[in-house]
Amino acid sequence: MLNSNTSSQRRNETLLLWLLRGLALISGAIILLILFFLIWEAIPLFQQVGLSRFFTDPSWHPASNEFNLTPMLAGTLLVTAASVLIATPLGILSAVFCHYYTPPAIAQLYRRLIELLAGIPSVVYGFWGLVVLVPLINRIHPPGPSLLAGTLILTLMILPTIALVSDASLASVAPEYIKGAAALGLGRWAMIRGVVLPAARSGLITGVILETGRAIGETMAVLMVCGNVVQVPHSLFDPVRTLTANIALEMAYAVDNHRAALFVSGLVLMGLIALLVAIAELLNRGQYD
Amino acid sequence: MKKLQTLVPLSIGLTACFWLQSCSSSPQAANQAATSTQGKLVLTGSSTVAPLAAEIAKRYESEHPGVRIDVQSGGSSRGIADARQGVADIGMVSRALKENEQDLQAFAIAKDGVSVILHQANPVQQLSDQQIVDIYTKKITNWQAVGGKNAPITVVNKAEGRSTLELFAHYFKLEPKDIKADVVIGDNEQGIKTVAGNPNAIGYVSIGSAEYNATHGTPIKLLPVKGVAASIANVASEKFPISRPLNLVTKTAPTGLQKDFIEFARSQGVQDIVKQQYFVPAT
Repeated sequence: MLNSNTSSQRRNETLLLWLLRGLALISGAIILLILFFLIWEAIPLFQQVGLSRFFTDPSWHPASNEFNLTPMLAGTLLVTAASVLIATPLGILSAVFCHYYTPPAIAQLYRRLIELLAGIPSVVYGFWGLVVLVPLINRIHPPGPSLLAGTLILTLMILPTIALVSDASLASVAPEYIKGAAALGLGRWAMIRGVVLPAARSGLITGVILETGRAIGETMAVLMVCGNVVQVPHSLFDPVRTLTANIALEMAYAVDNHRAALFVSGLVLMGLIALLVAIAELLNRGQYD
Repeated sequence: MKKLQTLVPLSIGLTACFWLQSCSSSPQAANQAATSTQGKLVLTGSSTVAPLAAEIAKRYESEHPGVRIDVQSGGSSRGIADARQGVADIGMVSRALKENEQDLQAFAIAKDGVSVILHQANPVQQLSDQQIVDIYTKKITNWQAVGGKNAPITVVNKAEGRSTLELFAHYFKLEPKDIKADVVIGDNEQGIKTVAGNPNAIGYVSIGSAEYNATHGTPIKLLPVKGVAASIANVASEKFPISRPLNLVTKTAPTGLQKDFIEFARSQGVQDIVKQQYFVPAT
C-alpha cells in the first residue's frame, strides 16, 4: 500500500518535472528566437555598411544611406535617466508616507489610487500629453514637444511601478527591526533612514530596475510628446527621438536597408535591456556577498 | 520509469500537433464549399499603395473565398520591375507612369493629395511655394517675414519613408535631408493634433484627413497652392498640384482574376476603404 503510493507520487513528480522543463525550454527559446530574428534581419545591412557607421554617420537618413543611431541612443538614455531620477524619490517617499505617516484607512485609499494610475494605458498618457502638456510647454518655450514633455509623461507612467514595489518591500521589512529601532528610542525619520530603507534595499533596487525597463521600452506616449527630431538635445526644451519611437514612426513604410536599420535599432534596445539586467544582477550579488 | 520519461514529451508534442492541425484544416474546408473563383494573385510595389491594396484584397478574399491575394511592399520601382518581368501579377505604383514605362497598363484606384496646414488663429492666408521651401529649410524662422505676427515658426515634418513626405518633398524639390524640422510626426492625425495645439506651427498632411478635421471643428486651415484651394474635389478633378495617382499596373491587358480584382478595386464598393485611408477615390 505504502509502496504503491510513493511510486505513483514519484510518477506524478516526473510528469511535473518534464512539463516544467518543457515550459522553461519554450520561454527560453522564445527569447533566443527573437534575438536570432533581430540579428537575421539586421545582418544584410551590417555586411553592407559595417558596424561603426551606426555611430559615425553624419545623421539618420536611412533613405539616403545615413544610419547614425547615437542621437536616438542619447534620446532614450536622457529621457529614461531624467524620469527615473524624478520618479524614484517620489515613489519611495510615497511608500514611506503610506507606511509610516498616515492612518491605515487613508493609506489603503492612496494605494488604490496608485494602482489605478498604473492601469492607465500608455496611449492615454500620450494623448493627454499631446493635447494638454505640449501646448502648455509651447507657451513657456516653443516648440513644445520636447525632452521635458517626454520626461514628465514618463515620470507619471513609471511612478506607480516604483511606488507599488517600494510599498511591497517596505511591508516585508521584519517587524523585529522596527521594534528594535523603537526600543532604542529612535525617532520616526531616523528609524526609516537608518533601519527600514537599508533593510528594504534589495526590493527598492528591483523597483528601480523595473521602472527603468518600463521607461526604456515605452513607445506610444513618448512618440506623441517628444517631437521626434533626430538630434542630441542641447536643452530641456529641444525635441528628441528615442529608439522605440524611431521604430514605431518609420516601420510602416520602411523597405530594404531602411527596414534593416530599424532592426538594428531594435538590437541596440535589446543591448540596453541586457545591460540593465546585468547591472541589476551585479547590484543584487553585492547585496548577498 | 525510463519509458515514461520519453513518453510524456512525445505525447505532449503529438497532442500539440493534432491541435494545430485542427486549427489549419477548418478554413480549408470552408474554402472548398465556396464559390467557383479560385486562384492566387501576387501584388508588389509602392508602400503607399500596399496598405490600401491589402485592405481591398482582404475584402475581395472574403467575397471570393477561393482566392488568395498576397500583397508585398517594396517601392514603386519594384512594382514596375515585377509587373514587367511577370514576378507579380499586378504592380503597385504611387505615381503616373513615366515615358519609358508606357508598355505597361496602369489603372488608377485612388488619388493622393497633400495639403499644407496652419492653425486657424494664424493670420497668414497664403504662402508662395518659395516661402514654404524657405520655411522648411529654416531660411525663414519667424512668421513676421511672411506677413504674420512676431512669433517663431514651428516646422512639423513627417518621418522618413512616409509617402506624404515623399510627395511633399518631390513637389517642392526638397531633399528629405534638407528639411529642418522642430517636430517629426508619424501619421496624419498626429500632425493635425500637433498643429491644432500650436498656433505657430506649420505642417502638411493628406488632404483627406485635413479636410475631414477642418470641417469637423478642429482649429486648422488648409493653405491653397498656386491659388488652387486644397480640397478633395480639386484633387479629384486634378486641379490641385500636390497630388498623384495611385496605380495598379499590369504587363498586358488584364485577364481573368487579375481583371476581376482590378475592376473590384476601382468599383464603388471599396470607396469607403479608400476614404478611410485618407485617399481620394479615382472615379
